[in-house]
Amino acid sequence: MSAHGQTRDAVAPGSVRGAAVRGVVARPGAEAIAARGWWVAHKWLLLRRASQLGILALFLVGPWFGWWIVKGNLASSLTLGVLPLTDPFLIAQQMAAGHWPYREALIGGGIVLAAYLLLGGRMFCAWVCPVNLVTDAAAWLRRRLGLKGGKVPAASTRYWLLGCVLVIAAATGSLAWEWVNPVSMLHRGLIFGFGLSWGIVGGIFVYDLLIAPRGWCGHLCPQGAFYGLIGKVGLLRVSARRRSACNDCMDCFAVCPEPKVIRPALKGVGQDHPLILDGDCTNCGRCIDVCGKDVFRISTRFDRSES
Amino acid sequence: MNRTPNKTASASAGLTVSRRRFLKDAAGVAGGAGLLALGAGLYSRQAAALPATALRPPGSLAEADFLAACVRCGLCVRDCPYDTLKLSVLGDGVTTGTPYFEARAIPCEMCDDIPCVAACPTGALDRGLSEIGDARMGLAVLIDQENCLNFLGLRCDVCYRVCPVIDKAITLERVHNPRSDRHAMLLPTVHSDACTGCGKCEHACVLPGESAIKVLPVRLAQGSKAEHYRRGWEEKAEAGGSLIGDQLEMPVRGLEGKAYGDTRVGPGEEPAAAPKGGIDSGWKP
Repeated sequence: MSAHGQTRDAVAPGSVRGAAVRGVVARPGAEAIAARGWWVAHKWLLLRRASQLGILALFLVGPWFGWWIVKGNLASSLTLGVLPLTDPFLIAQQMAAGHWPYREALIGGGIVLAAYLLLGGRMFCAWVCPVNLVTDAAAWLRRRLGLKGGKVPAASTRYWLLGCVLVIAAATGSLAWEWVNPVSMLHRGLIFGFGLSWGIVGGIFVYDLLIAPRGWCGHLCPQGAFYGLIGKVGLLRVSARRRSACNDCMDCFAVCPEPKVIRPALKGVGQDHPLILDGDCTNCGRCIDVCGKDVFRISTRFDRSES
Repeated sequence: MNRTPNKTASASAGLTVSRRRFLKDAAGVAGGAGLLALGAGLYSRQAAALPATALRPPGSLAEADFLAACVRCGLCVRDCPYDTLKLSVLGDGVTTGTPYFEARAIPCEMCDDIPCVAACPTGALDRGLSEIGDARMGLAVLIDQENCLNFLGLRCDVCYRVCPVIDKAITLERVHNPRSDRHAMLLPTVHSDACTGCGKCEHACVLPGESAIKVLPVRLAQGSKAEHYRRGWEEKAEAGGSLIGDQLEMPVRGLEGKAYGDTRVGPGEEPAAAPKGGIDSGWKP
């Protein structure tokens, strides 16, 4: 409580020095809300929540009300009895474990793979994955409580873990990761029932809140790493096209789940164009929301214009 | 003259430090990730032991292959018209997220079109299964002969009556009831060549709690075949006659009028009278 009050009193919203000194912003986006109103300053967040909850609702109206629009879960589903969709991460694990799936699963996996190749793979993380709601909540609470520091594993851990997931699948001849995968577990739990899986989801929340800021999604999750790899060439990208207007308020850094992706585009470090091309960017659009100077916008990877 | 070597030395020292640091970090990260994944692997090994009462849907691959193929999507569960199948949740004792059923709760109704198999997108349920009668979800075993009513000499017969493959998968075998010595017992007997493991018998067993007949995984229910023994009667039938020539048939006292080997006692006949007293206490099984 005291930390909370202190941070709010000590620093005026949007203060460059204050944000930089604290390294954390309790309420990023205050300037944007003042400039453009609450709704516009939360546009992408609201769209994203609508997407996440809408997709979840499509899966849930079947078991709840008997309207079978989508059957199954994110692992593999059948929409309106015709459209198969399968998680390519699972197909990769299956193949590592030595099983070649039926054509439906391959077609479904191909559709999902093509969609994320086109859109940017980690859009799954920001716009579909239910764990995002959990880790976003932890990040929000962390900012509000003014919790600083923590022990964060290297960002490359997720790629090592991804490799290990496939190696273990090959070694045990089974989808070993799926025994503990919190991503599929949460979605399956919401639709088919939880058992003790709440514990794992709660564990991620506590881990992100108290131990490692953005620890799960940004550093550990091998599924996110997988989508990050297939999405390196995604078409939809965030551009810092009005970066000349940036006043270094740090709000975008405070709110970004993968803060390292912003710097090259915003500050021109190692590149001359304003596009965020890093595969780790989830296209969540929160930087667009919180920026009081309207620096960011959604664009394509071919649009290198600046204004 | 001195400056250049110094500079290279310091640069190379910096390089060494950064390389050392990189190796250290990479090793740490790789070790951590390896430990995590190893933990998941070990846990999965342990969790792969399926409880004996959990049965896989029809057409399931062998358990090890099943665990490589099933993506835990639940499409088979959704298409099961009788809510037989369910996805396990963490804590059930069955591999998290995989489909199973418990025969005592809801058995498999053996749909002709096998919708669960048709729904599976990955082949964890094998579409090679076209006749539900060929399914082998488990094997029924009349496991408790002390409480089974038919074994007590009653005519319960419920497991036999509900069997979808009646008279093939379960038959009633008539044997003499040695307790009353004048009645028959009709013993429900399971035949592995026809039993699909649907579990209707276990579900229907009238005993109040646990069932006397249970569907077990085939691995638990069946011993392995004694390949090193030759079954003389089968060899004989195959060869059309005894392989070792005709047997010398010695007469048995008191059974002179009967076929060789027939020791049954007919009505009006007394079994060979044993001397009273002595070692025979008169107990009958």
